[in-house]
Amino acid sequence: MYEGVIQNLIDELGRLPGVGPKGAQRIAFHLLAADQADVKRLADALIEVTERVRFCRTCGNVAEAEECRICLDPRRDPTVICVVEEPKDVAAVEKIREFRGRYHVLGGAISPIDGVGPDELRIKELMTRLTDGTVTELILATDPNLEGEATAAYLARLVKPMGLRVTRPASGLPVGGDLEYADEVTLGRAFEGRRLLDV
Amino acid sequence: MHLTRLALTDFRSYAELSIELGPGVTTFSGPNGEGKTNLVEAISYLATLGSHRVATDAPLVRRGAQRAVLRALVTATRGSSLLEIELNPGRANRARLNRAPLPRPRDILGALRTVLFAPEDLALVKGDPAERRRFLDDLLAATAPRYAGVRADYERVLRQRTSLLKSAGAKSTLRGPAREAVTATLDAWDAQLARVGAQLLAGRVRLITALRPHVAAAYEAVRGGPVSAAGSVLRMCYRSTVADPGSDHGPDDQIPGLEAAMLKALAGIRDSELDRGICLVGPHRDELDLSIGGLPARGYASHGESWALALAFRLASFELLRQTREDPVLILDDVFAELDAGRRERLAALVVGAEQVLVTAAVPADVPGILEGAQFDVHGGLVRRAA
Repeated sequence: MYEGVIQNLIDELGRLPGVGPKGAQRIAFHLLAADQADVKRLADALIEVTERVRFCRTCGNVAEAEECRICLDPRRDPTVICVVEEPKDVAAVEKIREFRGRYHVLGGAISPIDGVGPDELRIKELMTRLTDGTVTELILATDPNLEGEATAAYLARLVKPMGLRVTRPASGLPVGGDLEYADEVTLGRAFEGRRLLDV
Repeated sequence: MHLTRLALTDFRSYAELSIELGPGVTTFSGPNGEGKTNLVEAISYLATLGSHRVATDAPLVRRGAQRAVLRALVTATRGSSLLEIELNPGRANRARLNRAPLPRPRDILGALRTVLFAPEDLALVKGDPAERRRFLDDLLAATAPRYAGVRADYERVLRQRTSLLKSAGAKSTLRGPAREAVTATLDAWDAQLARVGAQLLAGRVRLITALRPHVAAAYEAVRGGPVSAAGSVLRMCYRSTVADPGSDHGPDDQIPGLEAAMLKALAGIRDSELDRGICLVGPHRDELDLSIGGLPARGYASHGESWALALAFRLASFELLRQTREDPVLILDDVFAELDAGRRERLAALVVGAEQVLVTAAVPADVPGILEGAQFDVHGGLVRRAA
C-alpha cells in the first residue's frame, strides 16, 4: 500500500478493464516519472472526453454533438440500418468501408441474468426510426453468442409485421485462416451455412 | 492410450507427487483415507475437467494453498502429449497442451480419455434422473467434444430463460400489452432453447441407441449367464418431456423435428411455466428409464443388481469409446470390495485386456489374481512402488 494520492491513482487505474493491480501500479509509476506535459495531455483528454462526448440521439453511437457524424452525413444510405450492441461495434463494421447505411446502437443485448430486457435497450428508438417507411433493410449484427442471437431473434419477430428485409451476417470461417484451427462450433456453423458453388 | 506420468502439486492431500506409470494393470493399495481416490480424481479431472466427487474446484486444492497443478504425460498411437491444468478456485482455470496455453480449458478434452468405475456409480441406478442425464452428457462429450460446448450453451440459455421466468413472478394471469411484452422476450429465448436443446437431445438419443446393445451384453457378462428369463430382462428407454413418449425407442434423432417438437411443447406449457417460474420442458427434465424384468430399477432392484447395472453402464461406455478410437484409460476405484467372488472374477476378466487399467483397493486380496501388474503402496501421503 502507498500513501494517499498515489494509492488513489493506483486504485482508479485498477478499476479499468484489462488492468490488474500490478499493471495499475506500473502505469502509476510510469506517469510519475513521465514528462509533466505528456501527463497533462492525458489528463486533458480524459476531461475533454467526459465533458464533450455524448450519445447520438438518433442512433446511440458516441457523438460530439446532438447527432453522430454518421447520422449527419447525407451521403449515407438512409434505407439500410445496421443494428449493433455497442459503439465499438460501429467502429468494427466501419472498417469494412463498404457499408454505406446507418447504424443503431442498442447498448447491449437481452440478458435476463443481468436484468437486461428489451426496455433497457434502445429498441423503442429503433422502432421510431422505422415508422416513416424510409428504411427497407435491417441488418441484425448483434454478437454471435447466445445473448446476441436471442436479441436478433427478438428484433426479427418485432419488426416482422413491417415487411422489412431482415438479415443477419453469416457465421463461418475466418478468411485467410486454416480449416484445422477453426473450433468445432464455428466449423459446424460454417457447414450449416455452406453455399452451392455455381460454375 | 495410457498414462506414463502423473504429477500433482497441492492437489487434495498431495503437496507434491510424481509417479511413473506404464501400460497394463497398476494397483494402488493402502488403508482408507490415505489418498488413493485423490489420485483417481486427479486423473479423471484431467480427462473431464470435473470431479466425480464434488461440484466445485475449491475442495480439490490442498488446504492453505492458492492453486493446484495437475500434469500428465499421455502416450497414444498419435504420439505423446503433456497435459497441464492449473486450478484457481474463484478465478479462471488454465490449461496447457504440450506447453502451449489453450484459449479455453475445455479445448484439452479428448487429449486424455478415461472411464472411471467408482462407488458413486451406484447413483446411476438409484439416484435422481439428474445422475443419469449427467452420465449421458459426460459420455456424449467424451465421444464428440463438440457436445461439451452444446451442453454449456444449453445450460446458459436455461439460466437466462429461468431468470426471465422468475423475474416476472406469476404472469399467466396477465392480459393485453403487459403479457405481450413478456411473451415476446420469452419467444426469443424459446427459439434459443429449442435450437440448442434439439442438438443435445439428438446427441443423447443417438448415444442411447449405440449404447443399448453394449449395456445389455455387459450386464449379462457381469451377472454371469444369460438373462433370458423374463424376470431379468433389462430395458432402457429415454423418456423425453419434449417428444412423444409413445414409441419404444423414445424420440428420433432428427434435429429439425426435435426443434419443432420442443417449440411446440414450450408453447403448450407456457402458462404453467410463467406461474411456476421454471423451465418445465427440455433435455434438463428428461429421464433415462431403466427397468429389470418390467420393474423400475430405481427402487425395485436390489443392491447387488443395482451394482451390476452400474458396472454394465461403465463397461458399455468403455466398449463404445474403444470402438471408434483407441482404448481409454480404465480406472477401477474401490469397486471390488462391493462384489462377490464370482462377479469380481468376471469383471476382472472383462477389463484385463484394456491397454491400461488403474485399480485402487484398501485390501489387496480383494483384487482378483488375473489383474496382476505394477503395485504401489499409498500411505501417509506418499505413493511408493511396492517391491
